[in-house]
Amino acid sequence: MYLRSDDRGPAMNNRLALRLALFGGIALALFGVLFFRLWFLQVLKGDEYLAQARNNRTREFRVTAPRGEILDRNGEVLVDNRTSLALQLNAEKLPEGPRERRAELARLGGLTHSSLHRVRKLIHEELKASPGAPVTLRRDVGHYIVYYLEENQERFPGVEVQRVFVRNYPGGMMAAHMLGNVGEVNEEQLKEPQYKKLQPGDEIGQDGVEYTYDRFLRGHPGLTKIQVDAFGQPTKNGQLLSQPPVPGNDLKLSIDANVQAAGEAAMASLGLRGGFVTMDVHTGEILALGSYPTFDPSVFTRPLTQAQVNQLYRDPVQAPLTDRAIAGLYPTGSTFKPITAIAALESGNLTPTEVINDPGQLVIGGQVFTNAGEAANGSVSLVSALEVSSDVFFYTLGFRMWDTGDLQHWAHALGIGRPTGIDLPGAAEGLLPSRHWRNKLYAEGETERPWSAGDNVQFATGQGDLQANPLQMAVAYAAIANGGTVVTPHVGMQIDDARGRVVREFEPAPRRHVRIDSQYRETILEGLHDAAQNGGGTSFEVFGSFPIPVAGKTGTAERPPYEDQSWYGVLAPYPDPRIVTFVTMEEGGFGAEAAAPAARTILEAYFADRLSRGAGPEEGEG
Amino acid sequence: MYATRTRRARPEPFALRPGIAERLGLPYMDAQLGFAALGLAAFGVFTLGQATQHDVPGNPGYYVDRQAIYALLGLFGMYLLARVDYSRFRELRVGIYTFLCVSVSLVFVFGFAARGSRRSFDLPFFSFQPSELGKLLLVLALAGFVIDGARRGSPWQRTVRYLCLGFAPAALVFLQPDLGTSLVYGAITLAVMYVGGVRWTHFTVIGAGLVAIVALVLVVAPAVGTPILKGYQEERLTSFLNPSADPSDAGYQQNQAKIAIGSGEKTGRGDRATQTRLDFVPERHTDFIFAVIGERYGFTGAALVLSLYALLIWRALRIVTLSKNSYGTLVAGGIAAMLLFQVFVNVGMNLGIMPITGIPLPLLSYGGSSVLATFLAVGVLQSIHMQARLSQKGRFAW
Repeated sequence: MYLRSDDRGPAMNNRLALRLALFGGIALALFGVLFFRLWFLQVLKGDEYLAQARNNRTREFRVTAPRGEILDRNGEVLVDNRTSLALQLNAEKLPEGPRERRAELARLGGLTHSSLHRVRKLIHEELKASPGAPVTLRRDVGHYIVYYLEENQERFPGVEVQRVFVRNYPGGMMAAHMLGNVGEVNEEQLKEPQYKKLQPGDEIGQDGVEYTYDRFLRGHPGLTKIQVDAFGQPTKNGQLLSQPPVPGNDLKLSIDANVQAAGEAAMASLGLRGGFVTMDVHTGEILALGSYPTFDPSVFTRPLTQAQVNQLYRDPVQAPLTDRAIAGLYPTGSTFKPITAIAALESGNLTPTEVINDPGQLVIGGQVFTNAGEAANGSVSLVSALEVSSDVFFYTLGFRMWDTGDLQHWAHALGIGRPTGIDLPGAAEGLLPSRHWRNKLYAEGETERPWSAGDNVQFATGQGDLQANPLQMAVAYAAIANGGTVVTPHVGMQIDDARGRVVREFEPAPRRHVRIDSQYRETILEGLHDAAQNGGGTSFEVFGSFPIPVAGKTGTAERPPYEDQSWYGVLAPYPDPRIVTFVTMEEGGFGAEAAAPAARTILEAYFADRLSRGAGPEEGEG
Repeated sequence: MYATRTRRARPEPFALRPGIAERLGLPYMDAQLGFAALGLAAFGVFTLGQATQHDVPGNPGYYVDRQAIYALLGLFGMYLLARVDYSRFRELRVGIYTFLCVSVSLVFVFGFAARGSRRSFDLPFFSFQPSELGKLLLVLALAGFVIDGARRGSPWQRTVRYLCLGFAPAALVFLQPDLGTSLVYGAITLAVMYVGGVRWTHFTVIGAGLVAIVALVLVVAPAVGTPILKGYQEERLTSFLNPSADPSDAGYQQNQAKIAIGSGEKTGRGDRATQTRLDFVPERHTDFIFAVIGERYGFTGAALVLSLYALLIWRALRIVTLSKNSYGTLVAGGIAAMLLFQVFVNVGMNLGIMPITGIPLPLLSYGGSSVLATFLAVGVLQSIHMQARLSQKGRFAW
């Protein structure tokens, strides 16, 4: 030891100096470590930590914006919102321990009247669909649950009661197909550009006009950014940003709720599957459009039960979600004859006054084509052929045009076998049978014979391979009635903002124009008028007594293995039609039996004012 | 009028008498050491003033006022001690050591429990934590024992004796429980022995023993079911190795402190600081005050503080070499080691490279006992400096 206890002189010696030098070296090294670490954290990685710090202290709360309302053309509310209390679970705030977690989920199961297993499954599925978003355990919870939760908050960490907007349908099932429904945006949709700004859990229109006009109906969610402390509590004056939610705009449809209700009631009264449409022949505005069987759109505002899933999705015959007015694929029967007539007249295969003998049947290439009911109509011109619905007359026209393609050209021009451009999802194109189509199938070995005259003869009367829906037929009839304008059918009419100002009006341009000779048009309309309201007409029994002159055509489509399908197309008022109504009912039999009465019910609703004034045939009309 | 006044001959009152500074002993003190201590204390008060003004509702100056009073008291105490010849303490070593052990033990009887541990007496206006002052007392006493024992017993006996002398108060403090301070006691003991010339072989054995103890405490004891450390202590000690996101977790605190310091970048966030202002960093006025400095004043401020500590410790080491006697060398070495250990462990804890041990940052962390004890320690350093300077001039003071 180098120390002396009584040392009073300089205390330093070499060994001590060495130890002190080492001490100093250690001190230097330790400070070096601290300085370097400080430099590393603050200068080299400072940006990273600054970002983390910012992220730490802000919380964003989104406030859902109510969707716009959907109204009919007269302002009657078809869809609005109601607020509902929803039980939501923030899975991140569940207790850590598996046992506590299980206990809480079991308690939640008890509250929501479901089992632990189902609660877990629900959470699992919802988190898979939208990770991080709160899981909605149950909508429309009663106030007693809210009070219970408030009193027992500590037993339910992570559980919140949220006010959410839920679609409300004052009209019940009215226009269910057309309105569509809303639902949470799914993962694939989030990748689409129009849903770019959305977050998991946001709701978008999934079908019907809710889908088509989603960008107008959907509002902008409000955003509140607040500064929170380490415990997630908002700090004083900590509101960094507050954007109130902007409600969605209202959508006004061209639908007339009265006409719509009448159509649906008429369909429901017979209980036959089918569809109907009523459209303005000049603008393409749809006044009514529906399908039977229908469904209650409000079922989509809460999770579906298994029974509902089975009923809605797993019944291929009833298929209640299918909108038969726009997605049906049917032969149209004799309602197709006016199209055949236009094609024959315009292509020079027929003159308006030409008389053809109808002995009740026509033999072409050894194949016998008979009239419905095997009636013999004798000598018929176009007008009387339409009136009595002479098949032989139109078989003859079909035979005359079997290899010219004129019928296909005109049917195509009028919109058969192609999209109508309607603003609803799920519309079908249908099928226009043609030589090209069948020969191609034949070449591919998918049919046993090439195109023949018989095919065109069938097609001329709306039988055989033709597949069309009421909307396409309505557009074709409208084009004949308005002199050749193929309108774009649409249900969306105008967008109003929350204060009722018109933001936008929809007047889609016609798809195209076809030149229709006015003489031909008048001849065909005359034939249709006679069919509806002349003594020998096919639907005289239904429309003979109708006070307003109309022009209507029955159709009875053969659709094996089903019973015949009933069709009716009517233009009113005659001779200058404003609207066209088309009705079809699967297995409804003869057109005048099922579809025509339904069409009459719709027209009665449309002309309700005039009818209640006891209107004569020409009153108020130009 | 003016002119006549300026022409009047003025007496030179200080010319013939010793100057005020001379009479106060200031020229014999280490100005840079004083500057470093004062600068750190002032910086600490300034930081506390900015960071804690919303902590106590209705009393923005709660912490800063108290800390300023402690600092002034400490400054006064430092001056008084500087004027005392530290060599007296060597004679008083047994009394000092007894006082140290008794005061630390009394806490168990009269102590005032805060957060599950009894560390301090609740005096009026002030809760006194004897273990803080005990650091200085241990240095003074142990240095005396080392000098005194230099000729008694074999080297091994001496080493064991010093270890036992250091271990007793460290164990008492550990039982309070105050792991951090007991570690400081351990560091002081080792440092005094080191400067006192204990052989390298002994340190090697001690080092091996320490490794064995750490292994026993952290691995073996919990494994056989008799844990020595409390759960939170063990978690704190090991959590810097694996940070977590749980706010109740020790690793979380350290992670938040790291984010706070990092987010300060070069020049700091000032009043826009969020980490330390919004409670993300716990204990921001005591153990994590360095994180406040890092976030508020950035690299500039934090590096300034570190530089002041470096200055403080450099001056302390310099005083070790200046001391007129071996007792002064040992005392100065012990104090230097005490400061270095506390600064490194505390700042390292803030920077996420050392475990959380609850050691305050000398002169900066809020707390009267710590500030006072540190100023007194600096006062002892000044005394050693002063005695050395006076002896060089051939004069002895008092």
